[in-house]
Amino acid sequence: MAQHTEHHEEKLPAQTKEIWRTFWILLLITSLEFVIAFTVDADHYKWTKIGIFVILTIVKAYYIVGIFMHLKHEVKALIWTIILPCMFVVWLVVALIVEGGYIGFERFFYK
Amino acid sequence: MKVGYGKLMMWIFLLSDTFTFSALLVSYGLVRFSFPTFEGLRKNFEFSNAWWPIPEQVFKAVPFLHGINAPLVFVGIMTFILIMSSVTMVLAVEAGHRRDKADVEKYMLWTILGGIAFLSSQAWEWGHFIHGSEEGLTLANGTKLFGANLVQNEYGPPAFADFFFFITGFHGTHVLSGVVLNVLIFYNAANGVYEKRGHYEMVEKVGLYWHFVDLVWVFVFTFFYLV
Repeated sequence: MAQHTEHHEEKLPAQTKEIWRTFWILLLITSLEFVIAFTVDADHYKWTKIGIFVILTIVKAYYIVGIFMHLKHEVKALIWTIILPCMFVVWLVVALIVEGGYIGFERFFYK
Repeated sequence: MKVGYGKLMMWIFLLSDTFTFSALLVSYGLVRFSFPTFEGLRKNFEFSNAWWPIPEQVFKAVPFLHGINAPLVFVGIMTFILIMSSVTMVLAVEAGHRRDKADVEKYMLWTILGGIAFLSSQAWEWGHFIHGSEEGLTLANGTKLFGANLVQNEYGPPAFADFFFFITGFHGTHVLSGVVLNVLIFYNAANGVYEKRGHYEMVEKVGLYWHFVDLVWVFVFTFFYLV
């Protein structure tokens, strides 16, 4: 409310440099994903591809959450409130995917 | 804490939503790993209920280009639309910080347009997936199967179609509610509600939600279409 008095006198210049820089980074990473999807041989490098895709996805998530959602510039307490619970999801992913492998083994190969 | 109450609560809500989407994607991972994969080389791949499909073989159609084999191209366009609308959203938030009413309106309109474009693309993609290919899938008993629904799927095990409908459907519902919220914010901004209030924090809060929807799509794109 303090800034109520100072507005409307003149139009402030837009600060969009960081926004457009982030846009180009996101576009570049997405294009890179497409190039990898079409050029790298999936028969031999399946897991290398998946690894690269997962890393690039996390990089994209970092830019969206950090810059677009502004989390990078928030107070530390808020950053950790969001990041810490999400780290446990990684555990869930690994646990359930391994479990899925066992279920498949029981269902299709054991008979 | 130097964060407004509403903004903090939006973050907490998004955290809970993260868990919901994680649960959906993780269960996709579990079920996928419990099914066999196609053993042969990729160029010999064919659809069967016995193994999990290669997603880029399923999603290879583009509107108006009938019969052209263009794997992932349409999903790529959808991804671009969503990233672009995220950019216009953050530009609207930035304009709100400057308390520039005209700029907020302009960028909110672009964001709404992007959301509607994305939803239309998804509607087309669902339609195509439900109707299926022209050849269909010939089952062991000779009957033919076209398209996918919750009980049968010409592209692979029915679970693949179920997850497709649930995950992209749940995400699409989020986009839809995001568009509704954006329209409300645009309406309020145009009527000078935030000008009177002295700040545009509402744009920021809804912006957080909109970026989250974009973020979820980044993960859906990777884990459902790419790998």
